[in-house]
Amino acid sequence: MTSTSNPKSKYNVVGTSPIRHDVLGRVTGKAKYGVDLRLTGMLFGKTLRSPHAHARIRKIDTSKAEAHPGVRAVVTTSDMPIVNDEVADFGETMANYRLLAELCLANGKVLYKGHAVAAVAADDIHIAEEALDLIEVEYEVLPPVLTVQQAMAEGAPLLHEVMTTRDVAARFTRGTDTGVASNIASRIVFQGGDPEAAFKNSDVVVEREFNTKMVHQGYIEPHNETAFWAPDGHLTIWTSTQGAFGVRTQISKTLGLPEAHVKVIPMEVGGGFGGKIRSYMGPTAALLSKKTGRPVKIVMNRKEVFESSGPTSGSNMRAKIGANKDGKITAAEVYLAYEAGAYPGSPVAAGASTCLSPYNLENFFVEGLDVVVNKPQVSAYRAPGSPGAALAVETVIDEVAEKLGIDPIDFRLKNATKEGDRQVSGVVFPRIGCVEVEEAIKNSDHYNTPLEGKNRGRGTAMGWWFNGGNASTAMVTVNSDGTVGLVTGSVDLAGTRTAISMQVAEVLGITPDEIYPSVGDTDSIGWTGPSGGSRTTFSTGIAAIQATNLVLDEMKKRAALLWETQPDDVTFENNSFISNKNSEDTISFKDLAGKLMGTGGPVSASSTSNPTQVGSAFGGHICDVEVDTDTGKVTVLRYTALQDVGQAAHQSYCESQVQGGAVQGIGWALNEEYYYTDDGTMANSTFLDYRMPTTLDLPMIDTILVEVPNPGHPFGIRGVGEVPIVPPLAAVANAIADAIGVRLTELPMNPGSILAALKDKK
Amino acid sequence: MADKIHVKTNINGNDIDFLCEPRQSLLEVLRDNLDMTGTKEGCGDGNCGACTVFLDGRIVDSCLVLAVEVDGKSVSTIEGVADVDKLHPVQEAFLEHAALQCGICTPGFIMASKALLEREPDADEGRIRLWLAGNLCRCTGYDKIIRAVQSAGETMQGN
Repeated sequence: MTSTSNPKSKYNVVGTSPIRHDVLGRVTGKAKYGVDLRLTGMLFGKTLRSPHAHARIRKIDTSKAEAHPGVRAVVTTSDMPIVNDEVADFGETMANYRLLAELCLANGKVLYKGHAVAAVAADDIHIAEEALDLIEVEYEVLPPVLTVQQAMAEGAPLLHEVMTTRDVAARFTRGTDTGVASNIASRIVFQGGDPEAAFKNSDVVVEREFNTKMVHQGYIEPHNETAFWAPDGHLTIWTSTQGAFGVRTQISKTLGLPEAHVKVIPMEVGGGFGGKIRSYMGPTAALLSKKTGRPVKIVMNRKEVFESSGPTSGSNMRAKIGANKDGKITAAEVYLAYEAGAYPGSPVAAGASTCLSPYNLENFFVEGLDVVVNKPQVSAYRAPGSPGAALAVETVIDEVAEKLGIDPIDFRLKNATKEGDRQVSGVVFPRIGCVEVEEAIKNSDHYNTPLEGKNRGRGTAMGWWFNGGNASTAMVTVNSDGTVGLVTGSVDLAGTRTAISMQVAEVLGITPDEIYPSVGDTDSIGWTGPSGGSRTTFSTGIAAIQATNLVLDEMKKRAALLWETQPDDVTFENNSFISNKNSEDTISFKDLAGKLMGTGGPVSASSTSNPTQVGSAFGGHICDVEVDTDTGKVTVLRYTALQDVGQAAHQSYCESQVQGGAVQGIGWALNEEYYYTDDGTMANSTFLDYRMPTTLDLPMIDTILVEVPNPGHPFGIRGVGEVPIVPPLAAVANAIADAIGVRLTELPMNPGSILAALKDKK
Repeated sequence: MADKIHVKTNINGNDIDFLCEPRQSLLEVLRDNLDMTGTKEGCGDGNCGACTVFLDGRIVDSCLVLAVEVDGKSVSTIEGVADVDKLHPVQEAFLEHAALQCGICTPGFIMASKALLEREPDADEGRIRLWLAGNLCRCTGYDKIIRAVQSAGETMQGN
């Protein structure tokens, strides 16, 4: 429920649940998403995609397509400039611009089924589709590798003849080249203490191997990009993206244009979850526009979204955990091999960094491998890399607790990580809420309500994720009626216009509906990282607070001018400026806003943030299931998601983020998978067969917001969006184990795999 | 290319005629020919419900209806749900209950929910979940959507 007050919050605005600024357009169909854009003279583009998972392109003949009535242009890789190797940080993933150019239009080789080979611009979409059939491509088909095991096998076909394995020391670093040609793009290791010796001296040791499949973010709006290359050489891109500035950089690098000649206008985004950071069709649309002199719009269909955008990794993993009878963990060893897809860049380093974070460990060894396979290149997906690794660790933790006869939450509390403890990556935790979340689980109604009934079980799991810092820009302007304009470079995926406005309103002592927020394009606001990494409300919020404080500093000067005193003698509190010299000199923010023109002119301020003290957040989930042992169907009976959100910014949307993440995780656990045939074809590239949760599959998702303030934010706000997808995979698996006494180690845990596991048990 | 066909229909209470190719879906004509982009395309094959509209009072996935089929019929879309100065109770409830994040599925959910509540304003949680199972939302986990629809039902019953 929306509400403009919250008696539990110590703030007036922060922590309440006002109605979102942008929501009216979304319930009336008026909001303009990228797919809704229509420009005068616009052409429709369509992409020809590889029918093979791995092949060399011998020849492309586009002449028949070009001659088709209504076709205005065709492009292939020969229209792309040569792009040099250069690695860039995309906020949540690393990428090489040369390879990103190849991702947009294959160069010499296709590396997955669905890889873009050519594109057409035509008068309408049907003509463009007809023209694709007229493009003749000669392929030399090569054997594909589809799993990390296949890719790492002796003599496996190499995707990239020039690629060698890199040893990496930390997330977002390039590491050193080992010189070994392989499908393993990189290897990361974290180690501490002496795990070998510690395992030998343990009372209980559990080790299991896990396999998971590629899954997709599943946003409902397909990828879309519209380009207009003006005759003066300036290129404009309209797109549903999580980060306009990253798209600008990618497109300028791949097309060899000065960055200032590319303007990216972010449209409303119909879901992203990490998958809409990279540009897939922008360079192609731009080249088609350059050839035709007209705007060109390209929209993926659903099959293309599945086969040709960036899902997240399937994996092969092992987790080994030892403990003593007193409930102390002795050692942990984790092996993660993640599918990168066709090009390097799986989130394995993040999985390795995060999976043991709920535990304070002396002895550990974590190894992560980034492995290329003939599948689409993975992109970020909500806490990228963490949910899979958490499945491995959190189910083994549950099994160790079971063997020790200790309540799984008591076991976690005995080993819980606290402020000052070191993560496996070596980073020291600031103030965190791991213990608070675990205690909240123990005190929850759900955990204290016995679960009865045959084939029913309860599972719990923890999860941890960083809050991205990254840079943001915000601009605050004061209107003469006392309202305030706010422009950010952060794209609003799910209510951040309001969550950031609330922080400005809190500083000014006004209401959120007196703030008018908008999202700037790359020419109108300073550089801002993508909306991802649980950073927008946190980091862009800091930029907005700073800009607001700059506005207040200037307005103090104006008040001082009115009262013939010094700015230092003016304070601002409770929505009013007050003179320290004369208590009768007070003026409200609104009244002073009306006097700005007479005291020196308009007031506005811009500020940037690049927070280093970024914090992080823990979540813990409780899941009750019932397993139908005849059909193998798992029904989620009750689900409670707890999370340390720091000071909740917008209460209702914090709950909603937690609910949405939990449900994506439930889908991942029970049903979702890229189902591949041996030749590398995804056999289930529709929403009918790629089975995301529906209303019928779920109960209400209860949330408990645990609020341990983040010392790195003026109001204590933490990033919220990603953590909730981390625990569900393991929470569901642990619940199924409790229900039927079998530990499943393969995802998805769909009816077929449940029945197979039950059969093995007998 | 086949000749275009002249279609006479009524959309949101207004008599409208348009020319379309026989292969064009109702969804494509609404969005690309008539610039009514409130109806969304999520999949194009009837599996997500984002393109839900009313056709002669019944809800359909407009991606599965050919535009030529609406000749002589009436169509209602998300653009026709609110009055000029007043939202429909379902829209009001989606606002109040924070029942959306990105909002791309919202027009479809509002059309489907409206269809249910006009017949059964007292629909309970189970009934609502069954009715809305053809509409996919990836952001919310459905909890707040279900609560919003329940609340809109209460409003429509005059409670």
